[in-house]
Amino acid sequence: MTAYLKLDHIDKIFTRGAASTEVLKDINLTIEKGEYVSIIGHSGCGKSTLLNIIAGLTVATTGGVLLENREVNSPGPDRAVVFQNHSLLPWLTVYENVRLGVDKVFAKTKKRAERDAWVMHNLNLVQMAHAKDKRPSEISGGMKQRVGIARALAMEPKVLLLDEPFGALDALTRAHLQDSVMALHQKLGNTILMITHDVDEAVLLSDRIVMMTNGPSARIGEVLEVPLARPRKRLELATNATYLKCRQRVLEFLYERHRFVEAA
Amino acid sequence: MNMPATKMDIETATPTGTAAPVVAMTPKRPPRRETYARMARETAVRVIPPLVVVALLMLIWELVCRRAGSALPPPSKVFKDTKELILDPFFDHGGIDKGLFWHLSASLQRVALGYSLSAIAGIALGVLVGQSVWAMRGLDPLFQVLRTIPPLAWLPLSLAAFRDGQPSAIFVIFITSIWPIIINTAVGVRNIPQDYRNVAAVVQLNPLEFFTKIMIPAAAPYIFTGLRIGIGLSWLAIVAAEMLIGGVGIGFFIWDAWNSSHISEIILALFYVGIIGFVLDRLIAGVGKIVTRGTALN
Repeated sequence: MTAYLKLDHIDKIFTRGAASTEVLKDINLTIEKGEYVSIIGHSGCGKSTLLNIIAGLTVATTGGVLLENREVNSPGPDRAVVFQNHSLLPWLTVYENVRLGVDKVFAKTKKRAERDAWVMHNLNLVQMAHAKDKRPSEISGGMKQRVGIARALAMEPKVLLLDEPFGALDALTRAHLQDSVMALHQKLGNTILMITHDVDEAVLLSDRIVMMTNGPSARIGEVLEVPLARPRKRLELATNATYLKCRQRVLEFLYERHRFVEAA
Repeated sequence: MNMPATKMDIETATPTGTAAPVVAMTPKRPPRRETYARMARETAVRVIPPLVVVALLMLIWELVCRRAGSALPPPSKVFKDTKELILDPFFDHGGIDKGLFWHLSASLQRVALGYSLSAIAGIALGVLVGQSVWAMRGLDPLFQVLRTIPPLAWLPLSLAAFRDGQPSAIFVIFITSIWPIIINTAVGVRNIPQDYRNVAAVVQLNPLEFFTKIMIPAAAPYIFTGLRIGIGLSWLAIVAAEMLIGGVGIGFFIWDAWNSSHISEIILALFYVGIIGFVLDRLIAGVGKIVTRGTALN
């Protein structure tokens, strides 16, 4: 079976003057359509750089990204990003923030009224339609991130890239939002790639967890399948043996093996 | 590709009970009379102290300048001497013998023209310098030197170039007010968060859309800081420039009054100059407040 999204021998070397640091080394990964994949690793291991390369915001030094067998090396709405700090434009309302992307992506294919309906549809998906005329400064952090998700979804991306989307939120809001993202994934069948540093989050949400070794020259250390049936319920999983085993595997990788990598 | 979402029921999208709680907030409005009373109190708090200070200063001035042989007139004499000018600002006896309204409006027209030009050119140059590293390296040192040249030092040169007072005065306004606009715009553009650039890249805004939808709103607070400093400087420069070029204008009115030893008229003119400078500053600040509403980071 051919891969939907393929990361092919990606290396990334940052050069500043004479000094150069190899951040990523030989990253190979294939993701199938509709899959939910998490990339987990300690901070500084280059996982955000990897996401930026997939998004096209950073260019890989060697290797490349293939989406449906076509190379992608510049940013575009087919790989919409949900940024960690939401990145909503503060001078636009919630509606206008989502509309900005919709107007560009569907400039030719949708009429004005259809675009308007599509924006509202996506705001409804994240339950933010009620705040459409509010500005980002007037809504909470969790709500901002919902709007960020709506903005990305509204571009009908082939792959949805989530860059630590819940990192800046408090635990309760985070749980709410994780459940929302799970429901959206269930319903829309998006292909999702998520960067995270939260083990529970990775196990709860993902079909596969990609564990990265510590940088510099971070590699993919291990890929773990999470064979849990969907829909998943947070409370039931707390005592589920498979869940606990997966969680244990990730923890072991992060807190035992990564030290080994660091010493090597 | 078409999302299956469009065919599904929106209601089922949300796991039950996890929706962000929506509470309609309708703050209780206090009775109208209370609101007015509070507004009156707030106004009084802001207006009374300066009024008291002004009254005190006038009193001291009156006492100091009242004595016979005093070089400057006391406020009572200023008012008596300039009553006609105050009460009838619209007379026009031809030449430069006009009411203060005409002098001020001539000055304001020059400022409006010179300042508009410098706002347009300043924002354009500021965007260039903020956006392009090479433009900054090439132009910034030049700007840093040129901006220290005093406004009036430009006047002889511009008179030589334009051979006419009117365009020269406008040029002096332009060249005086453009530097803070350029520099602040450039800083604003350079400080556009990378996040906004990333958003623009993912959405694939073209350069023109990036300019109007991201750059200008994001840099607006900085741009307006520059515009506000600029309007103050142009009002400073026009009075000095007009003293030298002559003709109708508040600057030459002051110079003419000095030559005719009408000290009271000078004081009246200074009062108007101050008030108008203040109003111009507030005007730009007000426009800035409306335009940049919501731009502050959160």
